[in-house]
Amino acid sequence: MRIIELTLPLTPADISGLQTGDKALLSGILYTARDQAQQRLCQLLDKNAELPFSLASATLFYCGPSPVPPGRICGAIGPTTASRMDKYTPQLIENGLRVMIGKGERSPQVQEFLRQYQAVYLTAIGGASAILAQSVTAFDLWCWQELGPEAIYRIAVKDFPCYVNCL
Amino acid sequence: MRIIPAAEIHTAVTEAIGNIAYGIDPLLKSALERALAAETSATARDVLSTLLENAAVSGRARIPYCQDTGTVVVFAGIGNEVLISGALLDEIINSAVSDAWKVNYLRPSIVCCPLSRTPNSGDNTPAVIHHRITAGDKLHLSIALKGGGAENMSAIKMLSPTASEDEIIGYVTEIVTKAGGKACPPVILGIGIGGNFETAAMNAKHALFVPLDSRHPDDRIARLEQRILQAVNATGIGPQGMGGKTTALAVHVITAPCHIASLPVAINLQCHAHRHCEIIL
Ligand code: SF4
Repeated sequence: MRIIELTLPLTPADISGLQTGDKALLSGILYTARDQAQQRLCQLLDKNAELPFSLASATLFYCGPSPVPPGRICGAIGPTTASRMDKYTPQLIENGLRVMIGKGERSPQVQEFLRQYQAVYLTAIGGASAILAQSVTAFDLWCWQELGPEAIYRIAVKDFPCYVNCL
Repeated sequence: MRIIPAAEIHTAVTEAIGNIAYGIDPLLKSALERALAAETSATARDVLSTLLENAAVSGRARIPYCQDTGTVVVFAGIGNEVLISGALLDEIINSAVSDAWKVNYLRPSIVCCPLSRTPNSGDNTPAVIHHRITAGDKLHLSIALKGGGAENMSAIKMLSPTASEDEIIGYVTEIVTKAGGKACPPVILGIGIGGNFETAAMNAKHALFVPLDSRHPDDRIARLEQRILQAVNATGIGPQGMGGKTTALAVHVITAPCHIASLPVAINLQCHAHRHCEIIL
């Protein structure tokens, strides 16, 4: 198992150097988005409206964090099931998204989009929230607060561990 | 009649939730350690050692083991000589859930309307509570924080009453294979066989409370559990779906008498975030 340190956002060269099964330690910015937030992102794209962040330079983390206790940088963070996002992923990739983090397998359609657009899907370990939280250096609500844990949070990470699932 | 005041139950449930959201159950820890010793793939070993490290950090730093702090599921065994004073049991449990969620900063994961998906109840209530009257003057509460990922992969099927044990094993293997990495393996399988539609599902959930290292008292069922475990681990799905020998850590079956026409089989998947406890008051 190769262990590769990577700085976000990933470049096309970074992505083409990856192999399934590599362990990646990511440093940079992640945006969380799960079911409700991804539905909204796609609705905005349908209307040609502006998104709350640029998809092309974003790393999307399928995650609904737990609340931040006082005095802490963040609560618990970890991936949710990626297959629930399969229905939004092709549209997001067509609009620039290249890096996604979740858990579990993707649909054949998403795998095809990943290949075609040289995008990558990484899996983080579900339920390893305490470990993943330790890689967080900053954590902020980015938008859509009314969605609670499903809002978009901007998370700065250092050496966030995950594995290359497919590309 | 023995009187149990509402406050006593409230305190016990609040504390129990605060305990199980962090750290790891000792039996689960041993099972993960055994799995780590058995795995040869570098990735599988890396995932399992991360899970053990996660459990240690979670307990030490009081960071929830998993960010999905779950739905609270309670099996209440209420002694027929018990009188709960001050409030209804469900009200007490829900108030304890609400308090535990606020005190521990756990994730509110319940939406009030399953269709509009709003509003979030804000305090993770209501809990899912199952009641049973038992003999005696004690109140037994089996409590779990059940994550959504593994629950979503659970399934029930009405098999033909003449289905063989091999067909049951085949069905369980099919469901676990479909779940793949989505249920956060290594999983624990609770399986309800027999009864009717709802008893099979209830028994599947209840089977998740059986201690991980215990063997079914009925030899035939114990052998079936072993065969299911072997079949599921032969799939090679492995820890977090990234390949390996450990897809499940334990299989527990609860059977019930059933109609001559029926053979319901319910499978409740539980992830390695196996947060559960039992309180006896
Ligand atoms: S399935 Fe379990 S371990 Fe995985 S994210 Fe959900 S609660 Fe956590």
